[in-house]
Formats: sequence, structure tokens, C-alpha cells
Amino acid sequence: MDYNFHWRPVFRQLPDLFEAGLLTLEVAILSMILGIMLGLILALLRMNGPRPLRWIANFWVELARNTPALFQLFFFGFGLGAFGLHLTPYLIVLLGLSFNNAGYLAENFRGGFLAVPDTQIRAARSLGMTASQTYIRIIIPQVLRIVYHPMTNQMVWAVLMSSLGMLVGFRELSGETQFFASKTYRIFEYFAVTAVIYYVIVKIILIGSKLAARRLFKY
Amino acid sequence: MIEIKQLHKYFGKLHVLQGIDLNVNKGEVLSIIGSSGSGKSTLLYCINGLEPIQQGQIMVDGIPVHDAKTDINKLRQKLGMVFQQWNSFPHLTALENVALAPKIVRKMSRDEAKTIAEKQLRHVGLGDKLDVYPSALSGGQQQRLAIARALAMEPAYMLFDEATSALDPELVGEVLDTMRLLAEEGMTMICVTHEMSFARDVSDRVAYFHQGHMEEVGPPAQIFGDPQSPHTRKFLASVR
Repeated sequence: MDYNFHWRPVFRQLPDLFEAGLLTLEVAILSMILGIMLGLILALLRMNGPRPLRWIANFWVELARNTPALFQLFFFGFGLGAFGLHLTPYLIVLLGLSFNNAGYLAENFRGGFLAVPDTQIRAARSLGMTASQTYIRIIIPQVLRIVYHPMTNQMVWAVLMSSLGMLVGFRELSGETQFFASKTYRIFEYFAVTAVIYYVIVKIILIGSKLAARRLFKY
Repeated sequence: MIEIKQLHKYFGKLHVLQGIDLNVNKGEVLSIIGSSGSGKSTLLYCINGLEPIQQGQIMVDGIPVHDAKTDINKLRQKLGMVFQQWNSFPHLTALENVALAPKIVRKMSRDEAKTIAEKQLRHVGLGDKLDVYPSALSGGQQQRLAIARALAMEPAYMLFDEATSALDPELVGEVLDTMRLLAEEGMTMICVTHEMSFARDVSDRVAYFHQGHMEEVGPPAQIFGDPQSPHTRKFLASVR
């Protein structure tokens, strides 16, 4: 093998890469927050919603789960662009990931809702709680515990999937890496270092999730 | 007072309650006995509006339960209910289980809700389990927790739906003792039960349900000693 490794240019750009890593984390976290809220709504609509809304929710979940995530980003980028709606790369990635997260999480949430017995609803309602109090205080906390680990997986997935951002011109961690790599031709070195950064980000998420679970779920 | 007039209830085509007339007075303990599927649990669900009815009327202190204008959540505060499956909220401690509804339904302050929750947990003998999660409680303790939770709403009536049926035999006694205690304190209670000794010793009146009809109702001495209906006689002979 006569390839000469040159790590110095990569290390010089490390601060930029870290900054891009934070951007990756930011867009992943925001897409998870949006994804959880939308996913909950989709799950509830699929179970109890009026018919047209239930159809829309079903369609959303089907599309999000059964088409490539990359195509979903392209829809928010080039798709909407074709209709004259030009979003910034940041928004394309945020909306694309949120759309995808919501679809996957909706399925997890639906399973979680089905796992909480109906009798919990009756017990809460018999105490005079309204339907929304019952959901917010009794049902959703139990569902969140059931879906906690699938949710952590989705968060990891969102971090890794955000790398698709480089294909719509978003300079998150992968986009930034691609930019410097093509400038310096140290392609292998840049992507190797970036892989390590991804690995560390994901590890931090997994450890954080484990610690949080210990605090959150005492029962 | 709970007044039930010509109550009919269907599940689809199944006619589960076929014209029930029944009044329950303040301070009275009424036990409802009968075989499974006779409609006795359904009656309790109808009384606190968890099940819609198709005909007739149920009034609680003069308020029609199934009237669209009735604030059912407010009315339910008068009607404590304890279920066969104890249904403790698994994500909350015993204290939180009991304090939650006083806080969010009766709009009590956190301290007031905590005080009343502690009081009711002591009342049912769980004063040393305040910070325990339900998963660490036995079935009997969880059922007593459910009773405390209902009592914390300071209801005027308590509805017990086979409160001991799902319990291991050795745990039945502690729950029945708690129910006895409430009866002695003058609580108005409707108890759907398979515990004949409880029905005989504790209740003021016993009603026997058979295939959606109330076959007969009367003081325990009469129902158990001199049943009028052949169905009642047959049922009592089979459970003795």
C-alpha cells in the first residue's frame, strides 16, 4: 500500500469538526422533539382519530417507514423547491428527519398505548379526571416508559441519518467533513476522524439515556 | 340517594339489564349477588357513567347521570369506585396514587392533597407504605390503595365491583375488613360481591341478580333465610 497518511490537516480542522458535530446533535435533538410530539399525535389519530385524519396519519407512517430517508429529505429540498418553496438546508434536514422520526415513533407509541390496559383509563375516569387529564397524567407516562428504549434507538438513528444532510448542502458533521476532504484530498483521514466523532456522540447519548432512565423510572 | 328507574342496557344485541328499579339510601350498604353475566357489574359501571344506557334513568342526589348537560366528571367525585382489577397507577408511589386526583380534579394545593392522601392511606392501614411503588405491594395492599384513592375524593357513595375476586384467598380478608370498616363508619356502599358472608353480615339489603333482572331484594335475613324466587334458592344452594 503506497498511500501516505496525513493526519495534520485533519487535526487542524478539529475545532470546525466539533462545531459541526454540535450542529448535528442540535438538529438530531430538535428533530426528536418534533418527532415525539408529532408521533404521539399520529399514534392517537391512528387509534381514535376521525376517518380523514386517520387516513392521513396512516399514509404518513407508511411513507416514513417504507421509503428511503434520503428521498424524504429530497422531498423537503428539491420536491418543495420544484413548487417554488425553497427551504434552507437546515430546515430541509430538520423537517425531513422529523417527518421520518414521527413515522417510526408513531408505530412505537401505538404499541405502547396498546400495552397499557384499558382499565387504567376507567380507574382514572372514575376518579373524575377528564379524558385529557387521564392521558397526560396516567397513560402517556406509562407509554413513555414502554417506548423509552426504542426512543433512544431512534435518537441514535437521527444522529446517524442527519449525515444525509450533506447531500442537500447542509454543513453538519458529514457535510463539513466532505467540504474539507475535497479541499485537501485527505478523504480517508477526514472520514475516519469523523467516524470517531459520530461514535463518541452516539456513546454519550446511550450512556446519558441509561443514566436518565435510572432517575426517571424508579418503579 | 341513588335512584334507578326502568334501566335498560344493551351491549349490541345483548340485553344485559332488563328494566332495573332500585333505590339506595344514604348510609345504606347494599350487596348485589348473582352469577357471572347477570349484569351486576354493568349496573355499577352505569351508575357512575362509565357505560351509556339505552333506556330509563339513574339519578344520583337528584342529578341524572346520563344527561348530556350533567358534568359527569364533577358527579363522579361523589361516586368512588373500586374495581376487580385494582388498577393502581404503576408509575406513581402509593402517596402520589392517592394525592393525584384531589390535586388535579378537586384543585387542592399540593400540601392539602398530601395530607388527605396520608390520612386515607393510614385509614386503610397503609400508613407505612407512603413512598412505595405499587409493584412492591401485594394484591391486597394494592386493593386497599385503590380504596384509599377513591376515599380521598371524599365521595358520598362507594361502588365496589367484585373487589376481592382477583385476590389470592389469603389476601381477601384484609380487603373485606377495610370494607367492613367503611360500612361501620356509615359510608353508603353498593358492593357487587361473591363473598356471601360479607353480604350476609355487613349489608343492610341484598339484591339477587339473574340474567339481567333483579329477582329479589331485601334484608339479608330474608334473602338468605327465606328466598322467594326459585332462581335465588338455586343460586344460594350452589354457593353454599
